[in-house]
Amino acid sequence: MGDFFTLSVLVATAASAIRLATPYLLASLGETIGQRSGVLNLGVDGVMLLSAFFSYWTVLETGNLWLAVLVGLVTGLAVGVLYGVITVRLSATQGISGIGIFIFGLGLSDLLFRRQVGTPKPVRRLPNVDIPVLSDIPYLGEALFQRNLLTYLAFLLVPATALLLSRTTFGLNIRSVGENPQAADSLGVSVERTRFIAILMGNSMAGLAGAALVLQLGIFQPNLTQGLGFIAVALVYFGAWRPVGVMGGALLYGLVNATVLQWKALGIIPVSGSDLANMAPAVLTILALIVLARRVHAPAALTRPFTRH
Amino acid sequence: MGSDENILEMRGITKVFPGVVANDNVDLDVRYGEVHTLLGENGAGKSTLVKILFGLYKADEGSILLRGQPIAVGSPSEAIASRIGMIHQHFMLVPTLTVAENVALGMTSSRRPFTDLDAVSRRVSEISEEHGLAVDPSVEVRRLAVGERQRVEIIKALYRDAELLVLDEPTAVLTPGEVDDLFVILRRMADAGRGLIFISHKLREVMSLSDRITVLRNGRVVGGTTPAQTSREELAQMMVGRTVRLTPEKPVLDDGPALLSVENLTVHGDRETVAVDDISFDVRSGEIFGIAGVSGNGQRELAEAIAGLRGVEPGSSIRLDGVDATGDDTRARRDRGLGFIPEERMRDGAIAEFTVSENLVLVDYGSDEFTSRGMLAFGAIGQHSRRLVDEFAVKTPGIDTPTSSLSGGNIQKVILARELSASPTVLLACQPTRGVDIGAAEYIHTRLIEQRSIGTATILISEDLDEVLGLADRIAVMYEGEIVAIVPAEEATRDKVGLLMAGVVDPAPQTNS
Ligand SMILES: Nc1ncnc2c1ncn2[C@@H]1O[C@H](COP(=O)(O)OP(=O)(O)OP(=O)(O)O)[C@@H](O)[C@H]1O
Ligand SMILES: [Mg+2]
Repeated sequence: MGDFFTLSVLVATAASAIRLATPYLLASLGETIGQRSGVLNLGVDGVMLLSAFFSYWTVLETGNLWLAVLVGLVTGLAVGVLYGVITVRLSATQGISGIGIFIFGLGLSDLLFRRQVGTPKPVRRLPNVDIPVLSDIPYLGEALFQRNLLTYLAFLLVPATALLLSRTTFGLNIRSVGENPQAADSLGVSVERTRFIAILMGNSMAGLAGAALVLQLGIFQPNLTQGLGFIAVALVYFGAWRPVGVMGGALLYGLVNATVLQWKALGIIPVSGSDLANMAPAVLTILALIVLARRVHAPAALTRPFTRH
Repeated sequence: MGSDENILEMRGITKVFPGVVANDNVDLDVRYGEVHTLLGENGAGKSTLVKILFGLYKADEGSILLRGQPIAVGSPSEAIASRIGMIHQHFMLVPTLTVAENVALGMTSSRRPFTDLDAVSRRVSEISEEHGLAVDPSVEVRRLAVGERQRVEIIKALYRDAELLVLDEPTAVLTPGEVDDLFVILRRMADAGRGLIFISHKLREVMSLSDRITVLRNGRVVGGTTPAQTSREELAQMMVGRTVRLTPEKPVLDDGPALLSVENLTVHGDRETVAVDDISFDVRSGEIFGIAGVSGNGQRELAEAIAGLRGVEPGSSIRLDGVDATGDDTRARRDRGLGFIPEERMRDGAIAEFTVSENLVLVDYGSDEFTSRGMLAFGAIGQHSRRLVDEFAVKTPGIDTPTSSLSGGNIQKVILARELSASPTVLLACQPTRGVDIGAAEYIHTRLIEQRSIGTATILISEDLDEVLGLADRIAVMYEGEIVAIVPAEEATRDKVGLLMAGVVDPAPQTNS
């Protein structure tokens, strides 16, 4: 245990926590936007798998990391169009449609990987970019300001999303259609359009999350996410539908993951107990959800399709 | 009052829903500066007509002229652009947003893409001041009382500079004082040249506010009049098509045994504050015990505690027919003979998606009559339902119609039919005629008096003073969670009870039986 509490190990753990939190944060922020508009998307994991695969494949074929990030985003956007048509246009049940998207993403990414790539080959990873001045701060600079651009983007999206929801006209529309779509409709706000755009934004961010995951790891394998997208959905509840709360959840999750990894590396957790330790984050989430569940107000129209007679 | 020029002319409007003609060749015109009332029973087609005007429904036939120009209103935003405003029968507010946000919703902002809530708040304050609509723009709507929410709705319409304003039963949920305030505001708006369409079932209100009245029955216009040319009785007759007794008659009965005893009842409200504060009373067989009070003074919590929907604090006791029922769940209380007509009929009284028939057996579906060997006996259920629909004159296309498509008054009749057909010994009736038309209200009152005659102990919780004064044998007035007085019917007057409701306790000694 003493090995863990050395400054360099703690800094390394914090740095890896932030890195690990990135895909969670991107995906949960996107899901937050969707849910605030009244649309639950359980398919995040499927979206991430697809975008992770396409990003990976792009780097593999072109070596261009930024093209790969763009491809990840566009993949999310494309699945968003599909999900929007299914749930908003056709008013299908969101829970089931989301699971459908997950299975679709899982299956298709697996199939494409086997046909187009076969065996996992490592690719270039996202490079870390030092932020001038800030990265020179002892310890803190190393943990916070020597990260990759997608990580910076994810954390910048926290205030951006908060601002979008609380300060913009479109954010007002999102919140109103998520709470009382009839009222919004009676004032001439298009419920369909608002939800559709919210879905597109959310899925694009899930697409970025998939790209971040695979480009931080530098390798793809079938079912790469291992349920990460579902955790991202849970983090929205954990964060009480607020971007800052969601960020707290993502960081906590990243931290627990990073600590478990570090403890395994240091031998604090024996190899025999490592599978059990892998469950720690999930157990933690469930406990947190139970404690928090009573206090938060979910968007009142969440999962409810809207129709005017 | 009112110029001769029409702001609105609706011509030959027809709208058919599956199984009902909601509007049948309806003509309506509204002048600048007048309050034009639409009157009609539940399901007469009032809401349908104004929803067509507001672009929420599309008429099958007919035309609309606004300020002399033909218009086609395809959606609410087009209606708003044409300066038509609408206060809907059910609030159209987003509870989690502030007043200013609710007002700004759907409007173009001057600081796009950001909202301009400061400017909106300033304008809201101006409108508030100008029209006497006091409300704080920065407060979340869910923290507002019903009367304040209504003001927000009106501000929303004024903010959009509505020149033609439709108010669909705006007073259904207001207290008498709030109604008076509202009418002052509405009158002023009309005097400033706006056209107002007003919908209400309350004849007293209609007589006091309207310039002209159009009466609808079964989707057709059956007549037009003015308050000066008519009376409440005549209006009731036009609406229903027969004579209606506005004040119920009830036989004199001997005192029976107490069937419900409430002792030292203390109940907490939703925010853990004391909502019902140590109250005690008995209700006897053959008695209607009225509970009057401005809404939010603990009546809802009291009713929920008696029904078993809300926990009570230690030391409280509720006895049904002499047996302690304090710890019983709702089912056990029902088995002891408690019938319950809840205030929120769509939430607590019926399941909207279920059919009329399913809602009619919602309590008794498990009895031997309706279930045999674990299977629902559809034959018996159908027969029972058809009998009740006939007996209670529920207006519905059939017993398999989804309850949600009935009008408010008819949903109330379905609940009443279910509760009364179980022959309750104690009946808890909360706002039984809220939003219900004259004919149906008369009917419900008659049934309540019939129950009284056969010995039921009835608790009638109502904000409608006329109703409580007309039906109850004793009237308890609730104020801030306490019963401030119990007044026998002979001594109860509108003024006396009204003062008690406002928390003014009569200095003269009270009869507390
Ligand atoms: N969306 C709908 N689908 C099917 N039928 C409807 C719909 N809306 C109204 N109706 C029917 O049309 C008729 C007129 O209803 P409407 O709501 O206009 O009555 P109303 O006069 O406003 O009654 P109330 O006083 O109860 O509000 C009723 O028979 C009602 O059941
Ligand atoms: Mg109506």
